[in-house]
Amino acid sequence: MMAKLLKNREILLVVAIAVLVALIALRFPAFVAPANLARVYNDTSILIILALGQMAVILTRCIDLSMAANLALCGMVAAMLNSAVPGLPVPLVIIAAMALGGVLGTINGTLVWKLNIPPIVVTLGTLTIYRGLIFLLTDGKWINAHEMSDAFKALPRLDVAGMPVLSWVSLAMIALMFMIMGRTPLGRAFYAVGGNPHAAVYTGIDVGRTRFFAYCLSGTLAGLSGYLWVSRYAVAYVDIAAGFELDIIAACVIGGISIAGGIGSVPGAVLGALFLGVIKNALPVINISPFAQMAISGTVIIIAVAVNARAERRKGRVILKKAEAV
Amino acid sequence: MADAQISPRNIPDRLEGRGARLLKSWESLLIVVAAAIFLGNSLASPYFLDPWNLSDATFNFTEKAVIAFAMALVIISGEIDLSVASIIALASTAMGYAVQLGFDTPALVAIGLGVGLICGIVNGLLITGLGLPSIVVTIGTMSLFRGLSFIVLGDQAFTGYPESFAWFGQGYVWWVFSFEFTLFVLLAVVYGVLLHKTNFGRAVYAIGNNQTAALFSGVRVARVKFTLFLLTGLMAGLASICLTSRLGSTRPSIALGWELEVVTMVVLGGVNILGGSGTIPGVVLAALIMGMVTFGFGLLNVPGIVMSIFIGLLLISVIALPILWQRARRRLAQ
Repeated sequence: MMAKLLKNREILLVVAIAVLVALIALRFPAFVAPANLARVYNDTSILIILALGQMAVILTRCIDLSMAANLALCGMVAAMLNSAVPGLPVPLVIIAAMALGGVLGTINGTLVWKLNIPPIVVTLGTLTIYRGLIFLLTDGKWINAHEMSDAFKALPRLDVAGMPVLSWVSLAMIALMFMIMGRTPLGRAFYAVGGNPHAAVYTGIDVGRTRFFAYCLSGTLAGLSGYLWVSRYAVAYVDIAAGFELDIIAACVIGGISIAGGIGSVPGAVLGALFLGVIKNALPVINISPFAQMAISGTVIIIAVAVNARAERRKGRVILKKAEAV
Repeated sequence: MADAQISPRNIPDRLEGRGARLLKSWESLLIVVAAAIFLGNSLASPYFLDPWNLSDATFNFTEKAVIAFAMALVIISGEIDLSVASIIALASTAMGYAVQLGFDTPALVAIGLGVGLICGIVNGLLITGLGLPSIVVTIGTMSLFRGLSFIVLGDQAFTGYPESFAWFGQGYVWWVFSFEFTLFVLLAVVYGVLLHKTNFGRAVYAIGNNQTAALFSGVRVARVKFTLFLLTGLMAGLASICLTSRLGSTRPSIALGWELEVVTMVVLGGVNILGGSGTIPGVVLAALIMGMVTFGFGLLNVPGIVMSIFIGLLLISVIALPILWQRARRRLAQ
C-alpha cells in the first residue's frame, strides 16, 4: 500500500510541494498564511491554464513551443481592441482573444496534421512568426495601463466569494479539462494516440486529426491566457511572456507528463505548475535573485525528465526480449 | 516525434545515372537559388561585388554556420540540440568573467572552448548516459546554461576584452579573408570529410536511419551520439569566441534565438529533420543563402524581428514545399 502510494506521481508531488512550503515556513511563517497561499495560487493561475493546454498536446506525442508567443499576440490584440473600442464589452474581447488563439493553434495543427511536419519544427517556426507579427502590428510600441479601459483591467482582480476571478477562471479550466480528458472521446483519443499511434489507427482514431484538436485546444487556452496576462499586468508589448514556453513545458514535465506521449494527468499538470509557482514566489522571500529562476527551471526540467524516464522504464513486463536501443 | 507515414518501399528496377541524380538533387536547387540571389544583389547594387563588401557579408553567417556543421551531424543521427545559443551565452560569460580576473587572450580562448566542451559533455551524458530524449534535455539545458549566465550577469554586461582578442571576430588572415570566413571554409572541409569519407560518418547515417539496426551491426551508438553532442558544444564554444570578439561585450541575452537559425540553416541545407539523410555541401550552400539574404535585408534596413519572421517562414516552407510538390506530382501522375 505504502509502496504504491509512493509510486503515485501526484501524491509524490503533493508531498514535495508540502515539504517545500514547510521549509520556507520554518524561516518565514507568514508564507503559509492562507491568504498568502491563495495569492501564490492566483499568481500561478495562468501557468496552470497553459500547462493544461500543453498537456493535451504532449499527450499526443507532439509539443507546442509557440504557446507563449501565441499568448503575447492574443494579449496584444485584446489590448489593441480595447484601446481602439473602449466601449466593447470585456466578454467579447475575451472571446476574440480565444478565437484568435484558436486560429493560431489551428495553423500549428494543420501543418502537423496535413503536411506531417515534425511538431518541434512547426512550433519553433510559428513561435518566431507569431512574435514577429506583434512587432508588425505595433511597430514595437507599448500599450500602457492608461490606454486600457477600467473594466478590461478590473476583471481578473474582481473579488468573487473571497477569490479573484483569475483564480476562478483557472479552477473552471481545470474542471473543464477533467471533463474533456476523462469523459469525452476526444480526451481518451489524446491518450490513445500518444500511447500507441498504430493501435489508435486500428481502433478507428484519426491520429492527425486528434493532434490537430490538441493544438486547437492549446491555442485557445493560450488566447484566454493572453487576455488574462495583459489585463492582470496592465501592459502589452512585444516581449511579454518571452521564454515562458519553457516554464510551461517544465510544469508538464514536473507533473509527470511523459514527453514520449500517452502518460499524464490533469492533477499532474496542475501540481507541476504549482511546484514552479511556489518556487517563483519563494525566491524573493528567501532572498535569492529573480535572475536565478531560469537556471532553477532548467535544472528542475532535467531532474524531472530523468525521474520520469526511470518511472516509465520500470513499467510493464517484458514479453518479447527486444534490443534496448542505445 | 511525428511518425513517418508507413508506405511500401518503392525500389525502381534501375537507378538513375549519376548526372541525372546530381541534377535533381536538393544541392543543385540550392546552387540555383544562391546564384539567383547573388545575381539579383549584384544587379541591384553596384557596390555588392566589391570584395570588401562580400567579405563583410560573410560575418552574418559564419558563426552560425560553424555550429550548423556539428548540428547537421546531430540531426542526421536523429537527435537535436536546442541548447547551442545558451552555450554561447555561458561560454561568453565565462570569458568575460576571466577578463575581470585579468586573464589574457590564450587563456580566454581555452576557457571559451572548455566551457563549450563541458556543456557538450553535460548534454551528451544526460542523453546517452541516462537515455533521455534529446529534445527535452536540451530544452532544459538551454534554460540552465543561459540561466547561469543571468545569475552571473543579471542586467550587467562584461566589456574590456584585450585588444589581441578582437582578432578572432574582426581580424583578417589574408587580404579580404577574415579569420571567421577562413574558419568556416576549413571546418566545412573537415566536417565534409568526417561525414562523407569516414566510418564515423557512415555510423552517423546508420544511426539516423535505424538505431536498432545500427546497434546490431556493431555501431557503438551511445559513443557516437556522445561524440556528436560533445562536438556541438565545442563548436558553440568556438562560435562564442568569434561572436564575443566581434561584439566586444557580453550580455546574458547574447545570441538569443540562434538555435532556431542554426536549425533552419541545417534544414534548409537539405538535412532531413527526422534524421538519416543530408550533406555538408548542402549546409554550406544554405549558410551562404541565409547570409546573403539577411545581408540584403540589412541593406534595406529591415528590423531584426521582421527578419526572424522570414526565417520562421523559411523553416516551415522549406519542409512543407517538397511535401506539397511531391503530392502535386503524384496527383498529376494519376
